[in-house]
Amino acid sequence: MKTLEEIQKIRKEKRNELELRVNTKLDTREKHILVCNGTGCTSSKSPEILENFKRIIKEKNIENVRVIKTGCFGLCAKGPIVIIRPEDTFYAMVKPEDCEEIIETHILKGEKVKRLLCKDIDGSIVNSLDELNFYKKQKRIALKNCGVINPEDIDEYIAFDGYLALEKVLKEMSSDEVISVIKASGLRGRGGAGFPTGKKWEITKQEISEQKYVVCNADEGDPGAFMDRSILEGDPHSVIEAMIIAGFAIGASKGYIYVRAEYPIAVKRFDIALKQAKEYGILGKNIFDSGFDFDIEIRLGAGAFVCGEETALLESIEGRRGQPRVKPPYPAQSGLWGKPTLINNVETYANIAQIILKGADWYSSIGTETSKGTKVFALGGNVNNIGLVEVPMGTTLREIVYDIGGGIPNNREFKAAQTGGPSGGCIPKEHLDTPIDYESLKEIGSMMGSGGLIVMDDTKCMVALAKFYLEFTVDESCGKCTPCRIGTKRMLEILQKICDGNGTEHDIYKLEKLAINIKNASICGLGQSAPNPVLSTLKYFREEYRQHVLEQECKALECKAMAKIVINPEKCKGCGLCQKNCPVDAIEGEAREIRVINQDKCIKCGTCLTSCPFKAIGN
Amino acid sequence: MEENKNTCKCGNECKDEELEKILQIYTQDRDNLIQILNEVQEHYGYIPKHAQMEISKYLNVPMAEIYGVITFYSRFTLKPKGKYHIAVCLGTACYVKGSSKIMDRLKERLQIEPGETTKDGKFSIEATRCVGACGLAPVFTVNGEVYGKATVQKLDKVLDELK
Repeated sequence: MKTLEEIQKIRKEKRNELELRVNTKLDTREKHILVCNGTGCTSSKSPEILENFKRIIKEKNIENVRVIKTGCFGLCAKGPIVIIRPEDTFYAMVKPEDCEEIIETHILKGEKVKRLLCKDIDGSIVNSLDELNFYKKQKRIALKNCGVINPEDIDEYIAFDGYLALEKVLKEMSSDEVISVIKASGLRGRGGAGFPTGKKWEITKQEISEQKYVVCNADEGDPGAFMDRSILEGDPHSVIEAMIIAGFAIGASKGYIYVRAEYPIAVKRFDIALKQAKEYGILGKNIFDSGFDFDIEIRLGAGAFVCGEETALLESIEGRRGQPRVKPPYPAQSGLWGKPTLINNVETYANIAQIILKGADWYSSIGTETSKGTKVFALGGNVNNIGLVEVPMGTTLREIVYDIGGGIPNNREFKAAQTGGPSGGCIPKEHLDTPIDYESLKEIGSMMGSGGLIVMDDTKCMVALAKFYLEFTVDESCGKCTPCRIGTKRMLEILQKICDGNGTEHDIYKLEKLAINIKNASICGLGQSAPNPVLSTLKYFREEYRQHVLEQECKALECKAMAKIVINPEKCKGCGLCQKNCPVDAIEGEAREIRVINQDKCIKCGTCLTSCPFKAIGN
Repeated sequence: MEENKNTCKCGNECKDEELEKILQIYTQDRDNLIQILNEVQEHYGYIPKHAQMEISKYLNVPMAEIYGVITFYSRFTLKPKGKYHIAVCLGTACYVKGSSKIMDRLKERLQIEPGETTKDGKFSIEATRCVGACGLAPVFTVNGEVYGKATVQKLDKVLDELK
C-alpha cells in the first residue's frame, strides 16, 4: 500500500529520472536503450535482443546505460526496433547479433551504426524518430505511452502523469462533473459504432441498482486490427485508470476486462499491471482514502468473433455460449447478471485520463465537427509502412496511405481500402480525399469499425475480397438468428458461384436483395453489418462483378477458375513441350507451329506455364 | 470408452489430481466455466471427456451445456492436437499478402484439412484468425512461435526440419 503522498513522490522523482525519454535535447550522460516488445517484434526475436543488451552491459560493466522493454512503436514493418534516447536514434530490423556492435559503436564510441539506421521510403537515412514521415502527421493520445514506458513497471506510468487523473477525480470532482467533462469532450466509442461515451456513462449512472459493472471490451476480433492489443501491451495502466474513473462516475465497484486468449502478451502484461495497482492500493478498498472501492478481474475469450458484440460478450463473461441478446434492454439497463453495465472498448478508455487532465476543450479542439479526438488505425495490406498510426479525426485517407503509409509497394496502383473489417466496406480511389470520421465513412458506405485499415492494390479482385469476408462471417455467425445464419451462407454460395465463373446477372440481383434483407432482419451488429463488404463492393465495383458473370473474366487474375491461360504467338517457338506435358490434351498445333490452347479443354493446372522454356505462356 | 482414461497428451497419468488442482483455483460458480475450460485446454491440449464430466459435477452444469460451450468457441477442441500444431493466419492483412497459398501448401504436404491431425499424431493444422502480427504478414505459427513474412519455401524448410 502506498499513500497518495508516496505516489506523488514517485511521480516527481521518477519523472526526473525519465526526462530523457521525452526530451531529445536533454544534456545527460545517461542513455536508455528501448527495445520494442510488442507482439510483432517479439515474434522476430526482440526478447533475445533485450537479453543480449543486458548481458553485454553487465559484462562490460558499462555505467549510465539502461535497457528497457517497451510496447509497440507502431512501425511494425521495420521491426525489431531499437531506439536510443535521449538522442532518439532509430535502429530498424535489428538482429540479436547486432547488439554487440550497437554497444561498441554507439554507446562506447558515440558514433551511429549506419547500416542499422532506419531508412525512409525514398531510401534516405533517418537519424531520429521525428524525421520519419511515418510519425510526422500522427498525433498520439491513446498511444501516448506506447513505446515510451516499460509497461511492466507501474512507476514509469506514474512518472508520466499516470493515476493523476484518478487523483483529480477522486479528490476534486463529483461523478456528475466527470460525466459532464467526458460529454463535453465529444469522445465517441472507438469500438465501431461511435456512440457518445459521455452519454453512455450518464445513462448507466441514472439506473438505480445496488450493483453495477464496468466492462472493458478487449475482444478485438476484426482481422487486421491490433490497436487494442498494442495499448494493452504498451500501456495497460491507462486502461485500468480509466476503468476506475468510469466506476466512480457510474457508481460501480467491480470491473471486468474481456480479452482474447489469442493475445498472451497483452493478458500477461495486464495481469502484472493489475497486481501492481493492487499493491499500491490504487485498486481495492478505499482508493486514495476517498472511500471509493474498485476491483478489476480478467476474463479470457475463447476465439469467437461475435463476442466483440456487447451482449454476446456479457453472455460469455457469464460462462455461456456467446450469443447476443435482443436489445432493448441495453446493457446500461440490464447487463451482466441483469445489472446495469457500462461497456467501452480499450481505445475509448485509453483517452479518458488525458481528457480529465487536459480538459474537454483541449480534446474537442482536435478532430472534426462531429468526431472529436484521434483514431488509431492498424494500417496493413499493400502499403509500405505497415503498422499502427494515430491521427486526428478528419485526416484524409490519402494522407494516411501516402504520407504516413508511404504509398503502395512495387509502384502499383491504389485500388481500394477496407475499413471496419468484415463489418465495414471498401473505399475506392475516388474517395481517397474523404476526411475520415464516423459520418463521412458511413456516407460512403463503409464504417469506422475498430480501426483496421487494409490497403489493396490493383492485383486484388473485389469479388474475391467480398467472398473472403463472407467466409469469415459464415464461420463466425453464432447461429442464433436465421437471416445471419442461413442468409450469409446463401450469399457466400452465390459469391462462390460468381468466382467460379458460373454466375449470371440474376445472381448479382439476388445477392444484393439478400444483403439488404439480412441487414434489416438480423438481431445483432454482426448480422446487420455482415453484408457490408458485398454492398460496398457492389456499389463501387459493380463493373467487376459484371465482368465476372458476363465475360467470365477476372481482371485481377485472382479468381483462378476464370483465369485464361494463353500462348503468346510472338514468343512461341513451336517446340511442343507444352503440348507433350499437358495432362488433358488441351494444346493444339502441328510440329514446329505456334501452339494454341483450347480453352474448353483447359483445366488451368498451369503445367504448361512451367514447362515452356521460352516463357511464352501466361495469363 | 477409451476417452475416459485419465491420460493426457504428455503421456503421463495426469490423474484427476491435475484436474482437481485446476478446479480448486475457481469457485463453483457457473461463470467460471470458460476460464476452467481454457485452463483444461491449455493443460491437455484438448478437453477430454472425463474432464467435461468432472467440470459438470463441480459447477453443477449439465454435460450438454458444457458440450455446447466447447463447440461454440474455436479455441476449444475435443480431439488432441498434433505434436506440432501449425496455424496459418487467414486474417485480412495476411490474406491480402497471400497466406492462402501457405495454407494450400500445408494441406498438400500433410494431406490433412484444417482442424485435423496427421495419423502419426505429429502434425495438426488450423486456419486461425489474426494473430496480431500484421506487420509481418503473411504469418504462420508452430506451437505458438510466429514465423513471419512467410513463403512456401520457408514453410517447406520448417516442415523438413520438423519431420
